Amino acid sequence: MLKVSDLQIARGGVPVLQGVSFEVSSGQALVVRGPNGIGKTTLLRTIAGLQPALDGAVDVDPDDLAYVGHADGIKSTLSVTENLTFWAQVFGQSDISPALQTYQLEGLADRPAGLLSAGQKRRLGLARLLVTGRNLWILDEPTVSLDTNAVEMFSACIRSHLAGGGKALLATHIDLGLEDAKELDLSPFKAKPMSVNAFDEAFL
Amino acid sequence: MIALLLRDLRLAIRAGGGFGLGLAFFLIVVVLVPFAVGPEAGLLSSIAPGILWLGALLACLLSLDRIFALDWEDGSLDLLAVSPLPMEAVVSVKALAHWLTTGVPLVLATPLIAVLLNLPGEGFRSLILSLALGTPALSVIGTFGAALTVGIKRGGLLLSLLVLPLYVPTLIFGAEVARRGLSGQDTSTPLLLLAGITCGAIALLPFASAAVLRVNLR
Repeated sequence: MLKVSDLQIARGGVPVLQGVSFEVSSGQALVVRGPNGIGKTTLLRTIAGLQPALDGAVDVDPDDLAYVGHADGIKSTLSVTENLTFWAQVFGQSDISPALQTYQLEGLADRPAGLLSAGQKRRLGLARLLVTGRNLWILDEPTVSLDTNAVEMFSACIRSHLAGGGKALLATHIDLGLEDAKELDLSPFKAKPMSVNAFDEAFL
Repeated sequence: MIALLLRDLRLAIRAGGGFGLGLAFFLIVVVLVPFAVGPEAGLLSSIAPGILWLGALLACLLSLDRIFALDWEDGSLDLLAVSPLPMEAVVSVKALAHWLTTGVPLVLATPLIAVLLNLPGEGFRSLILSLALGTPALSVIGTFGAALTVGIKRGGLLLSLLVLPLYVPTLIFGAEVARRGLSGQDTSTPLLLLAGITCGAIALLPFASAAVLRVNLR
């Protein structure tokens, strides 16, 4: 269960969102939407515990979430298998073959990750989620540089994760075809201009 | 943790990993010194401990910015922060990997190239002992500096300015052990102080490094 209540977050010291509240329970996906710069990435990083919130509470088990950011965290001199095996070991797992299979990476398994195309790298970055064994997936723009076929692979992967009782929180601009995913538009939560301005107005 | 150590060692020895960088720099400095100061055997053997210590320290400094910069650039550091590994363990393993790829080769190369500086036979033991004891401190202190400057583009200059003053005690006592060993004096006092600096750094600095890394990842 992920519960966010009355969250206020800042990017670079400037508040970007306030009063954000939502819940994601088992088997559910929440798609976060909003224009560029509204604070989607900041929101996801705050929930993942990478930065503190200004105000409000995030109720989440930090040992049950896996995060995928804009960068895939792939080492270009290691092979696809070595990259995945490393993350599997970090998360205490051992079997990487389902992850390779889901994203059709078996044919590339021994290739150095530096020689992969952008879309293949992204697939490798997403395959990493399957070796974490974590329940809550936090994904920031997961479909960047994926072709339609790979997007289909990804949404099938999300669907089976949700069917298995998993949770997902996504920031994306495209339609993934997740039937019962809830959507949250962040535009109404845009932080109001700093109260300092209001203070100044009284003297004008 | 072992997985992270093995990955870092593997990355270091593959193309572009910078494994030989510190070692090559060390060799270049020591080979060039006799040309620069002249072939006077007595002078060379008296400055040998200091030159070798200085070379080792600068070679260590040279490879510091790679400790976190590459992981920060490709996003691995964010992912490691969200992983089950505690941040303190991550920085400790990173420091250990740096020592294994920089400090240990320097210590092993020292007996071979000390000959170039005409180091007398009785100086070898204390020189190698002091380097073996002191280089872990250089790696741990350097990891702290690298954590402070992670995310700064071309942060090498700032890193050197931050780390060099912290290296001074290690250099003073390390070179003192080597110098005393060479002249046949008792080395136990500087040796104990050097060991104390190393143990203190290993015990305390990972917590500081982890704290600044968390702040820098925000």
